Amino acid sequence: MTARVTVEDVERVAELANLELTPEESGTMLHDLNAILDHVAHLNELDTTGVTPLAQVGELSGAGGVSVLRSDERRPSLDRSLVMQQAPETDQAFFKVPKVIER
Amino acid sequence: MQSDATTTESFVGRPKTLAELRAAIASGQTKSADLAAEYYQRIEQKNPRLNVYLSLTKERALEQAARVDAAAAKGDPLGPLAGIPVGIKDVLVMKGAPATAGSKILKGYQPPYDATAVSRLEAAGAVLLGKLNCDEFAMGSSNENSAYGPVRNPVAPDRVPGGSSGGSAAAVAANMAVATLGTDTGGSIRQPASFCGVVGVLPTYGRVSRYGLIAFASSLDRIGPFAANVRDAATLLGAIAGHDPSDATSSPAPVPDYAAESDKPAEGLRIGVPAEYFGEGLDPEVRAAIESGIDSLRAAGCTIQPISLPTTKYAIPTYYLVATAEASANLARFDGVRYGYRSPSSATLSDMYRHSRDEGFGAEVKRRILLGTYALSAGYYDAYYLKAQQVRRLLAEEFLRAFAQVDAIVTPTSPIPPFKLGEKTGDPLAMYLADIYTVTASLAGISGVSVPCGATKAGLPVGMQVLASHLQEGTAFRVARAVEAAQGRG
Repeated sequence: MTARVTVEDVERVAELANLELTPEESGTMLHDLNAILDHVAHLNELDTTGVTPLAQVGELSGAGGVSVLRSDERRPSLDRSLVMQQAPETDQAFFKVPKVIER
Repeated sequence: MQSDATTTESFVGRPKTLAELRAAIASGQTKSADLAAEYYQRIEQKNPRLNVYLSLTKERALEQAARVDAAAAKGDPLGPLAGIPVGIKDVLVMKGAPATAGSKILKGYQPPYDATAVSRLEAAGAVLLGKLNCDEFAMGSSNENSAYGPVRNPVAPDRVPGGSSGGSAAAVAANMAVATLGTDTGGSIRQPASFCGVVGVLPTYGRVSRYGLIAFASSLDRIGPFAANVRDAATLLGAIAGHDPSDATSSPAPVPDYAAESDKPAEGLRIGVPAEYFGEGLDPEVRAAIESGIDSLRAAGCTIQPISLPTTKYAIPTYYLVATAEASANLARFDGVRYGYRSPSSATLSDMYRHSRDEGFGAEVKRRILLGTYALSAGYYDAYYLKAQQVRRLLAEEFLRAFAQVDAIVTPTSPIPPFKLGEKTGDPLAMYLADIYTVTASLAGISGVSVPCGATKAGLPVGMQVLASHLQEGTAFRVARAVEAAQGRG
């Protein structure tokens, strides 16, 4: 958990996150991530053996109850034309994007 | 806008409370339309300097004001917020208004629906003035991460208003709205409330529906009100709280009359003061103001008990792992396909994603996406994300044990008073560390209020954080009212 992040790590993570970083940005991020992860390493001091991870506070007693699912009924959704008005590029039926497959 | 501000009661000295304004509107003494016009006039005058509003929704506001005035003239029943001018943080969607989340990547986006909190405010009679500036995707503690420029603190314009709900806090402080909505993921309501000298409420997680909130960290995000006094804030919370079928995490618990709860005296309440919130890093003037606030609670008949919350020191790393992991997933949706910004020249789909995100996101958002992606990536998940979730449980259980002994916990909201613009932008970790007193309640899901509690010698506001257990907002309001009364406010 105290492993130092390398510039290759930053580039790999940026690729996973669909971000493109300039060399200058990569350098800054490398510095910041290492500073933050050094601080995060303090968590190693705590023994958490056998502690169940807490993903949602709703599961704690008295916290307002666990997730309540609504009944599975058909209901109208937003009108397609309203949604398509917000699209950067559309033929009104679908979103248009650059070519995915060469042929 | 039909009239000038001189036709309405002008704000000399203390602005009118929400209840006073509503009574004046209900009796016809003040027209809601005139009040809205007066607020728009003040916004026009102050916004160029303070940069509080990103967009105005005049048409919708004046239509609503006309409805309220017509109902008042006919003697029809009016909602609890009838005619009250309210501003909305620009991470909540509002039909017919741009929603930017303070980001370039959402430039031009006009959401086709209302957030539940927004529609509930309007159903209660509120007049929605416009959308308020904030840190990009609510990520920041100074409002300096907004793609549309920082908000200035109305109390000290060379200083930050706090963040991320900086616009929401500043709007109330500058009387550019009677009340506002903000959001709080790690302190983004409480800290700016403290910095601007106003009241900010962190409702229990699940108390207010998140439907229509542009998500940052879904297990932490909350929507809550800002107002000039505790009772007004309590009134707003009552209007927006309650179960919503559109948010599976919203609580089905009944909504109490929070304003009435806040009227109950604080006498007899047991108040815990955790040693860990008064240690190294706390500004001495902030400490003195909070200690004097604690004295006033003792004078009001509360029992003051020292308590210990030793897991506090692990809260910052825990918070920044959980929040960034969730953010990296939530922000994957911004890809230039369905809405917002698309990079103009990309040959392939993959390039389009990358270029749109690279050009659309600011540095802090990228930093958090990278940290979150790293913490979730293969080989690191157990060491970072899972470990953080385990510590999150320890933190939450520690609070629950404390609340078996005390009714409320009081702390400083921020270890430092508002700092100067640009003072901390070069050191992200130092900025994160200043969130130490607010991220704990965020992780535990409990409720809280930041209430003005004195000032530094230079006149910079200090806020006291009052924390209460899950769904115990009423208790936090009672304590905050007592602090407010001792300040000669409210």
